[in-house]
Amino acid sequence: MNLLYILGIPLLTALLLLVMRSPDWIRRTALYGALLQLGMVVWLFIAYQQQRTMGYAMAAFFEQNYAWFSVWNIHFHIGVDGMSIAMMLLTAFVVLAGVLVSWNVQRMVKEYYFLLLLLSFGAYGFFMSQDLLLLFFFLEIAVIPKYLLIAVWGSGNKNYSANKLALMLMGGSALIFVGILGIFYATPADQRSFDILQLANQQLGPGSQKIIYPLLFGGFGVFSALFPFHTWVPDGHSSAPTAGSMFLAGISMKLGGYGCLKVATLLLPEGAKVYADLVIALSAIAILYGAFATLIQKDLKYMNAYSSISHCGFVLLGIGMLTKTAFNGAVLQMVSHGLMTALFFAVIGMIYERTHTRTIAEMGGLLKVMPFAVTALFIAGLASLGLPGLSGFVAEMTVFVGGWEHQDIYHRAATVIACMSIVVTAVYILRAIGQVAMGPIKENFASLQDVAWYEKMAAVVLIAGMLAMGLAPQWLNELIQPSTQFIMDKLAAK
Amino acid sequence: MLSATNIALIPLLPLLGFVLLSLFGKQLKPFAGVLATVLILVSAVLTGGAAWTYFFANGRVNDVYQTIIPLNIEWLRFNDQLSIQMGLLLDPISVMMLVVVTLISLMVHIYSNSYMHGEKRFATYFAYLQLFTFSMLGLVLATNIFQTYFFWELVGVSSFLLIGYYYDKPSAVAASKKAFIVTRFADLGFLIGILVLSFYGGSLDFQTLIQQLTTPHTPALDAANKASFLGVSALTWGLSLVFIGGAGKSALFPLHIWLPDAMEGPTPVSALIHAATMVVAGVYLVARLFPIYAISAPELLAAIGWVGAISAVIAALIACTQTDIKRVLAYSTMSQIGYMMFALGVSGYGGEAGLGFTASMFHLFTHALFKALLFLGAGAVIHAVHSNEMHDMGGLRKQMPITHISFLIACLAIAGVPPLSGFFSKEEILLAAYQNNTPIYWIALITSGLTAFYMFRLYFRIFWNKPHTGHAHEASAIMWLPLVLLAVGAAFAGLIPFGELVSSDGKALHSELHLSFSIAPVALGVFGILIAAWLYGKQNAKPASIQSSLGGLFQAVYHKLYIDELYLFLTKSVVFALIAKPAAWIDQHIINAAVNGSASITQKISSNIKTWQSGKVQEYGLYFLGGVIGLAVLVLYIW
Repeated sequence: MNLLYILGIPLLTALLLLVMRSPDWIRRTALYGALLQLGMVVWLFIAYQQQRTMGYAMAAFFEQNYAWFSVWNIHFHIGVDGMSIAMMLLTAFVVLAGVLVSWNVQRMVKEYYFLLLLLSFGAYGFFMSQDLLLLFFFLEIAVIPKYLLIAVWGSGNKNYSANKLALMLMGGSALIFVGILGIFYATPADQRSFDILQLANQQLGPGSQKIIYPLLFGGFGVFSALFPFHTWVPDGHSSAPTAGSMFLAGISMKLGGYGCLKVATLLLPEGAKVYADLVIALSAIAILYGAFATLIQKDLKYMNAYSSISHCGFVLLGIGMLTKTAFNGAVLQMVSHGLMTALFFAVIGMIYERTHTRTIAEMGGLLKVMPFAVTALFIAGLASLGLPGLSGFVAEMTVFVGGWEHQDIYHRAATVIACMSIVVTAVYILRAIGQVAMGPIKENFASLQDVAWYEKMAAVVLIAGMLAMGLAPQWLNELIQPSTQFIMDKLAAK
Repeated sequence: MLSATNIALIPLLPLLGFVLLSLFGKQLKPFAGVLATVLILVSAVLTGGAAWTYFFANGRVNDVYQTIIPLNIEWLRFNDQLSIQMGLLLDPISVMMLVVVTLISLMVHIYSNSYMHGEKRFATYFAYLQLFTFSMLGLVLATNIFQTYFFWELVGVSSFLLIGYYYDKPSAVAASKKAFIVTRFADLGFLIGILVLSFYGGSLDFQTLIQQLTTPHTPALDAANKASFLGVSALTWGLSLVFIGGAGKSALFPLHIWLPDAMEGPTPVSALIHAATMVVAGVYLVARLFPIYAISAPELLAAIGWVGAISAVIAALIACTQTDIKRVLAYSTMSQIGYMMFALGVSGYGGEAGLGFTASMFHLFTHALFKALLFLGAGAVIHAVHSNEMHDMGGLRKQMPITHISFLIACLAIAGVPPLSGFFSKEEILLAAYQNNTPIYWIALITSGLTAFYMFRLYFRIFWNKPHTGHAHEASAIMWLPLVLLAVGAAFAGLIPFGELVSSDGKALHSELHLSFSIAPVALGVFGILIAAWLYGKQNAKPASIQSSLGGLFQAVYHKLYIDELYLFLTKSVVFALIAKPAAWIDQHIINAAVNGSASITQKISSNIKTWQSGKVQEYGLYFLGGVIGLAVLVLYIW
C-alpha cells in the first residue's frame, strides 16, 4: 500500500477538473474521484489490518520518508496508524457525501469542486504526516479553501463569517507554528528534528513542555471549538454552502482534535498533565453551555453549529481526562461527530433548498412531503442525542466511562456535567424535529418534492457510516487502540 | 429449545420485520400487518417452547432455577474490566417477561390489523411496533447492565415514535416529546448509576456485579460502602440513581407526568407499551438487581417501597376524577406499577422473605393481561364511538357484547375480585406488605378500594349509565379475538402457582392463601364497586353534587395536583429563561463581542498607523531626524 496514492487521488482529480469544461463531466469526475478515495482508504484499512494480524506493531505503518528541506531537517515523512486511518475513513465518507450533495450547485462548478477536493487533499495529508512542518503545511491547505468556499458560495453575512473563520483559524495556526518552532528549539541542537515519532521518543524537559503545550493545544483547540475560541463555529458554519459546512464540521474540526491528541498530548505529555484540569474545565463548560445555547437557536444551521460546540467538547474532554478509555472516546467522538454533523448539514441543505428558509419556527409538518429528508434528519438527530445503535452513543459512553475512571470529585463532576448534556441535547433535538418534521404542514410547503437521487445517496453514505460504527463498534475501537496506547505509554513514561 | 439460535431468533425476528418494513414499506404495505404478525407469532411460539423447556422440561437443578446464558458477545470493550456484552440471559424473570412481551405484542399485532386498517402509514406503524418489540425483548434478555441501557433507550425512542404516530396532531407531537424528555431525564440517573455501580463492582455484567456487590466483605462492596458523597455511600448513590432511571420509565411519582399524555398514541400502542411492557421496565430493572438492593441496601429498598406506595395512591385518586377513558387507564397503570414497586420494596431476599418479589412479578404478569385487555377494549369502544370522552359513551353493552364481557372480566380482575387473576397477585402483594410494612399495607388497602371504584366508574359509564343513541357496533373479529384470548388469560392466570416458578432466589416459594386475610381487601373492593354502581349505574345528579361539595379538593385532583404546571414552570422559567437565554446572550454579547472587539481594535490601530506613511518627503525627514535625536539621547544620557 503506497500512501502517495491516497494523497495523489484528490490532488489529481482536482487538477483534472481544471481542464474540463462541461459541468456534467466535472461533477462526474469529482464523484469518481471521491469514490476512488473511499476505495483506497478502505483498501488501506484492510492492508493495515493484515499487517497487524501478521504481528507488526510499529508506531507508523506504510512509512515513506524523503528529505525535503534538509538544512532544517524537514522531511516529507508520511505514515499511518490506526487512529489516522479512522480519521481518513471519516474524511472519505464525508467527501463522498459532500460531492454528492453539491450536485446541484450551479455557480462556478469547476472552482467549487476544485476547492472541495483540495480540502480533502489537505485533510489526508494532515492525517498521514509524520513531520510537524509537513503537518502544518497540510493544515493550511485545509484552511484556505474554506475562506473561498464561504466568501464565494456562502449565504447570509458571508464576508464577515469568512473573515472571522479565516482569521481565527489562522490565529490558531500561528500558535501551532510557534509551538512547533518551540519544540524544535527547545531540543538540544544535535537532536533537533520535526519528526513526530522521533520527538515522541526524546521528550522535552517539563519546563519547556509547560510553556509549549498551551500554544499547541490552544492552536489546535481553536479548530476544535475550544471554549472560548469557538465563536467562528456558528457564523462560519451557517454562512458556508452545504458541502462547506459538512467539510468544516465533519473534517476541519477533527483536524483540531487530532492535533490536540496526536501532536500536543503525544509530544508534550508533561505539559498535558499540567493543563489537564484546565482543559477539562473548558471542555465541560463548552459541552453544557454549548448545549444550552443551542436550546434557543432559531436557525437550523446555527442550532447544529452550536450543538457541534457541545459535541466537540466531548473530544477535548476525553483528551483532558488522560485515560486510555477517554482517549478512545475522544477519537470515537471525532468520527461519530464528523459523520452525524455532516448528515445534519446535508439534510439542512436539502430542506433549505426547498423551503428557502432555515428558521425553525417557519417550518412544520415536512414529514408529509419530504419523508426521506426528514427521516434522515431524524436519524442525525437521534445520533446527536446518543441513541444506541448509532455512532454517538458509542463515543459518548466511552468518554463517560473513561472520565469516571478517575476517582476524585473534580473529574467526576466534569463527567456528570458532560452526562447532563445528553438531556439538554434531547430537548433541543426534539424541539427542532418536532417543529420541522411534525405538526400540521404549512400551506406553502404542501407541494414540495422529496430529495433527488444524489441527495439520497449522500445521506445513505453517511447513515451507513453511522450504522457501521453504532451497531458494531468494536472494530473501530480496536483500530484505534494501538494509537491511544502509544500516547498512554508516553504519558506514563515519567 | 434453549439454544442460542432459538433464543436469539425471538428478538431478531421483529428486528427483521422492522428492517423490511422500514426499507420496503411502500411495496409491502398491503402485507405489512400480516408479515409483522407472523413474525411475532413465530417469536411467541419460540418463547412458549423456551418457557416450557426452562420451567418444566429442564426444571430446577439442586432445587434452584439456573441462570442460562446461551450467548454473550463482546460488543464494545472500554477497558480491562468494563465491556458491553450483548447476550441472552435466561432466568425465571426474564423468561416470564419474554412470555409477557411476545404474548401481548402478538395480541396487539393481531388487533392492529383491523384497528389501524386504512391508515396511510400502515407499514410504518407496524415497523415501529416491531422495533419496539425487538428493543423490549433485547432489554429483557440483557446480560449486561449496559445492554439494558442500550435497549432501554431504544424502547424509549420507539415509544416516542409511536406516541407521535399521528404526527400532524400538535398534541401528539407535544406528548411524544414530553415522554422522551422526561424519561431521558430519568435515564441520566440510570447512566450515572451504571457508572457508579460498575466502577465499584468492577464489571458491567449482571452476574458479576450482583456477586461482587452482595457478597459480604469483598473489596468491591467494602469500597462501595466506604466511599461516600454528601454523606451517602457510593453504593446507595449508584442504586438510587439506577432506580431513578427505572422510576422514569415506570412512571412513578413524580416522574409520571409523561404517561397520561402518552395516550395520544394509537390505542393498541398504549396497550402494548404504556400498559403491559415498557412501563414495567423499571420494575423489571429493580427486580434484575434485586439481590443488591435487598442484601446491600435494605434502607434504600424500603424507600423505594414508599415511592411505589405514594405513586399507587396518588394515581388511584387522580384516576377517580378523569373523564378521558384512556387517561383513567393510564393513571390506573401508574397505580398498579406503584403496587409492583412497593411489593419489591417490602420484600427481602430469599426464602419466605422473598414473598414480595414473587408477588410483584406475579402482579406484573397478571396486570399485563388485564391491562392490555382493558386498553384493547377501550380501543374497540373508541373505534365505535369516535371519542375518548366518557360523556360520549354509555349503554354500549347491547351494541358491543363481546367487548362488554371481556372488559367486565378485566375490571373484576383489576378490582381483585376472586377468583380472577388480579385477586391472587394482589392478595400476595398485600400479604407481603402486611408482614413487613404496616403503613404501606394500609395505603395499599385503600388504593385497592379506590381501584375497584374508578374501574367500575369507567365500566358503568361506558356500558351502562345512559342508553346508547349512536350507531356503535361490535368490533370486527380480528379485534375481538385478542379480547377474548386476553379475557381467558385475565380470568385464569391467577391459578398459576407463581411462587413455584418465580422467586427471588430461584427456589420454590409455597405461598398459601389465607381466607381470613382476604376478607378485608375483597370487601373493600366490592364496596368500591357498589359505590360506583350507585353513582354511575344510571344517569343521575349524584356525581355532580359530590364533585361540587368536594370543591377545591376535587379541582386539585382533577388537575392532577398541578404537577404538570410545576414542571412547565421549571422548564420554561428556569431552564429556558434563566439558563439557556443567558448562555446564548453571553455567547453573543461577551465572547463574540470580544472577538469582534479585538478585530476592530486591530483595524483602528492599523488605520491610525497607516497615516504615518503619507508619501511626503518632509514628514519622512522629520521622522528620520526625530529618530536620530532619540537614539542620540538614548546613547549619550541613558546608557
